[in-house]
Amino acid sequence: MTRVSEHINQALHDLMESDPSVHLLGEDVCDPYGGAFKVTRGLSSRFGSRVRSTPLSEGAIAGVGAGLALAGDKAIVEIMFADFVALAFDQITNFAAKSTAMYGRPVPVPLVVRCPTGGNRGYGPTHSQNPQKHFIGVPGLSLFEMTPFHDAGDLLTRMFDLGRPCLFFEDKVLYTRQMHDTGDLFRFEVAGDVARVYVDGAGPPDCTLVTHGGLVHRTLDAMRALLLEDELVCELLVPAQLYPVPHLPRLEDAPHVCVVDDGTEGGTWAAEVATALYPRLWGRLRRPITLVNSADSVIPAAPHLEREVLVQAVRIRAAVREALS
Amino acid sequence: MTVTAAAPPRSPRPAVADRDLRSLLLIRHFERALLRLFERGVLSGTTHTCLGQEYVPVALSALLRDDDFVFSNHRGHGHFLARHPDPHGLLAEIMGREGALCGGVGGSQHIYHQRFLSTGVQGESLPVATGVALKLAGTGALACAYIGDGTWGEGAVYEALNMASLWRVPLLVVVEHNGIAQSTPTSVQMAGTIAARAAAFGVRHHHVASADVEEIRAGLAPLLDAVRTEPSPLVVEFATHRLGPHSKGDDTRSPEEIRRVRESDWYDRYAEADPERFARIDAEQRDLVERVVAEVSARPAAQAASAPSAPSPEARP
Repeated sequence: MTRVSEHINQALHDLMESDPSVHLLGEDVCDPYGGAFKVTRGLSSRFGSRVRSTPLSEGAIAGVGAGLALAGDKAIVEIMFADFVALAFDQITNFAAKSTAMYGRPVPVPLVVRCPTGGNRGYGPTHSQNPQKHFIGVPGLSLFEMTPFHDAGDLLTRMFDLGRPCLFFEDKVLYTRQMHDTGDLFRFEVAGDVARVYVDGAGPPDCTLVTHGGLVHRTLDAMRALLLEDELVCELLVPAQLYPVPHLPRLEDAPHVCVVDDGTEGGTWAAEVATALYPRLWGRLRRPITLVNSADSVIPAAPHLEREVLVQAVRIRAAVREALS
Repeated sequence: MTVTAAAPPRSPRPAVADRDLRSLLLIRHFERALLRLFERGVLSGTTHTCLGQEYVPVALSALLRDDDFVFSNHRGHGHFLARHPDPHGLLAEIMGREGALCGGVGGSQHIYHQRFLSTGVQGESLPVATGVALKLAGTGALACAYIGDGTWGEGAVYEALNMASLWRVPLLVVVEHNGIAQSTPTSVQMAGTIAARAAAFGVRHHHVASADVEEIRAGLAPLLDAVRTEPSPLVVEFATHRLGPHSKGDDTRSPEEIRRVRESDWYDRYAEADPERFARIDAEQRDLVERVVAEVSARPAAQAASAPSAPSPEARP
């Protein structure tokens, strides 16, 4: 078993070993610190000046990464907490993403911006957010998120192969979990972009849930309770690519669809997924797609208050039960 | 850290090579033509002419190599034409006609041609130029970024200067200090000086008061060599003047102030210094630009190029 943070770390080692054009920059990424969440541990010792600890300058970190990409190399930049990616908004949206198309021909900008996201760690309002929604619908920009099921090395290669900048979200609690761990009840398979988690031999599900990597374990907790206590069979789809919304398989026969999203309410990824699904499933849906989001609130520091704001397993379970009742 | 050109700001009879005079006058007539086209309602959007500042990129062009990367800003026509004398491609881009440098998508402020790139957000290019310079370090090539005095209001400038100095990258920052940011005089938008700001980062600063291209080059050549070979960043601050409005008809300066600015223009001084040669090249470049305008105006509209391939989204009807 491998912790997700160790898995990503190994993927970065492998990528930098196999591709000498890859640079990595970010705050405190060098050894012995190895990044705030230790995801870059060992890289500077091994790859020298291709790995740089930077000043506290998120805008310029993203800009320098874009410059390296423009000059023919590839760059991975780490934003220490995803909340701080707001400081790099101009470089990402107005330069890196637009440059792929605003010069009248495709200009490759192989840049991956890694963003550790999410709460449930008591870090408070500016160190706990899921800012994915702020980057949805930016021309030239793709959004990905780490999941317990997708190989990080494959995802990094895929993002670079797109030739356009990508944000790669990595949930901070997910870092501490094991890869491929679904517990005893569930099995998973990865088909194309999307991981499917299901109850082996349970027959067609009563509800299909869709979520992003950081919410997988909370959603699985809800699915377990729904199965054991409510006798409702759920299946879960987890795309690694968040935007553009990829094709989500097997939904044609789903009696109900529920999208679970850790971002706060309003202009959400969940709504974007539903917008993509409605035309396809219209006429088959028996009721509106259920959207579950964190509350329209800042994220409190005190654990008991934070729990109330962020999506938890009990809320997911209640939402599914209510929809199916 | 600050090196000021020792020579007097104005040589009485500036010597200028035919080649440089051609470049200066090509830019001058190109910019004038744009303002005329705007008055006639032929151009859309906006434009920012560099009238009065043409000598800055012309002086620099002879010191830049093909493998250098040049970053330009909203006022970038002169930067482009001094490096790539392709007025057809640039005008086609500005007019959205066939043969446009960037298919008509970028327009006046967003050009990417070979190793020349302009973009329209103030200060945004400096971190990118620092990244390119990081890649170029040790090759002898440099990244050159043109900015204005107003650009120093942007935090991106300081983040980039800090990194460029820490990492010793070959970054040449060319500041066209024309004393006015759109309509706001420098005196009310900048505390302290550019020299002191560069010094705060341990970045060499060179002040240029001259408008004479040869004199400017003589002062800059050894400094640019140091940028390439050390490598190290350098800020070159030109005291210059913008003759025209910020964009089209938005000049709020007093007539007296505009008159003072005009007196500093290189155009009349070069004309007086060598009237016959100047008149010949001036007419030649004016005619060239007129032909370019006629030819490009007659071209069909640029067709949208195919968009870069995006990952296939969820199918929508």
